[in-house]
Amino acid sequence: MIRFKREKETDVPEISTASLPDIVFMLLFFFMTVTVMKSEKLKVNYVLPNASEVKKLEKPDRVIYIHIGKPTLEYATILGSGPRIQINDKFVDLSDVGPYVLGQIADKPEAIRPFMTIALKVDKHAGMGIILDVRQELRKINALKINYTTYEGDAYANLE
Amino acid sequence: MPRRKGAPEVNAGSMADIAFLLLIFFLVTTTIETDAGLDRMLPPMEPPDEDVVIKQKNIFTVNINKNGQLLAEEELTDLKDLRTKAIAFLDNGGAASGTPDYCSFCKGKRNPESSDNPSKAIISLKNDRETPYGTYITVQNELVGAYNDLRNREAQRLFRRDFTEMEAAFLNPETPQSVRDELKEKVQQIKDLFPQKLSEAETSTN
Repeated sequence: MIRFKREKETDVPEISTASLPDIVFMLLFFFMTVTVMKSEKLKVNYVLPNASEVKKLEKPDRVIYIHIGKPTLEYATILGSGPRIQINDKFVDLSDVGPYVLGQIADKPEAIRPFMTIALKVDKHAGMGIILDVRQELRKINALKINYTTYEGDAYANLE
Repeated sequence: MPRRKGAPEVNAGSMADIAFLLLIFFLVTTTIETDAGLDRMLPPMEPPDEDVVIKQKNIFTVNINKNGQLLAEEELTDLKDLRTKAIAFLDNGGAASGTPDYCSFCKGKRNPESSDNPSKAIISLKNDRETPYGTYITVQNELVGAYNDLRNREAQRLFRRDFTEMEAAFLNPETPQSVRDELKEKVQQIKDLFPQKLSEAETSTN
């Protein structure tokens, strides 16, 4: 009886860690494939407004982003603090918005061109003026599907 | 000196550490983000061929001034009341029963001075060039919310489901095709009951 008990005590099995690297590698590959390195550097600062009735932007290949906000510190000395338009790494003048967006659409396969959405990422403190102007430019080139990108949250928080 | 048998074995003990290091790096850099926002269609540049006459009572005007104050139907309105007002307008169903515009599912006051039918009702939004974007989005959000509330009500009545949930399932590419085909009809049916007519004419400068 005593002998039996002692044998059981010494026999605590060790957990094998041999498969640990495999598990970690599996996770690693998952994250490696999912990761998208941020492709564009933001040259404008913005805080998006909140909205509660949002729809998700599915299919990121069908979205063209337009960023509008104050230039970052680096550029503020040259460009001032008025809101600026950025598309794809570059500051863009209002008159160039149309050609730029058209160029972006032309890069896509023909099948998805009619379904392109223009996502406007605009600082909540920007005036409506610049947005109205951009919208007018988009109307001129017949890119009518737009999305005001927002955070999901309480819309009344925008008023502060 | 005894000869070694073959090449010496590489110690693989630190492999897990290296993998962990890489794993943590990718964990930190990964952002699984899907953007969300308010979808809008802009009006086409070319004006319609024929002039459409719209009765004044079928238009709900919303004006936002540069301080973010709100004028709904010529009345100074608090933002929190906008949704209720918009719902009351859309759901009014003022046309008398028997007329072609009669709205059978409306639950509003049926005031003949307000909109005839949800399919006729138009919300017209005007804003100043200096209106803050945040305020504009809040107003847009409330107006879209008004439509969604009404559509949800009808979807609950007809299909016992929320419209917003049905639409999200329809738009989600992971939903099986068969389910989406079925949803498409239902979503369209609800959209036809309360079509979203939000017009944004050229802005005034005052």
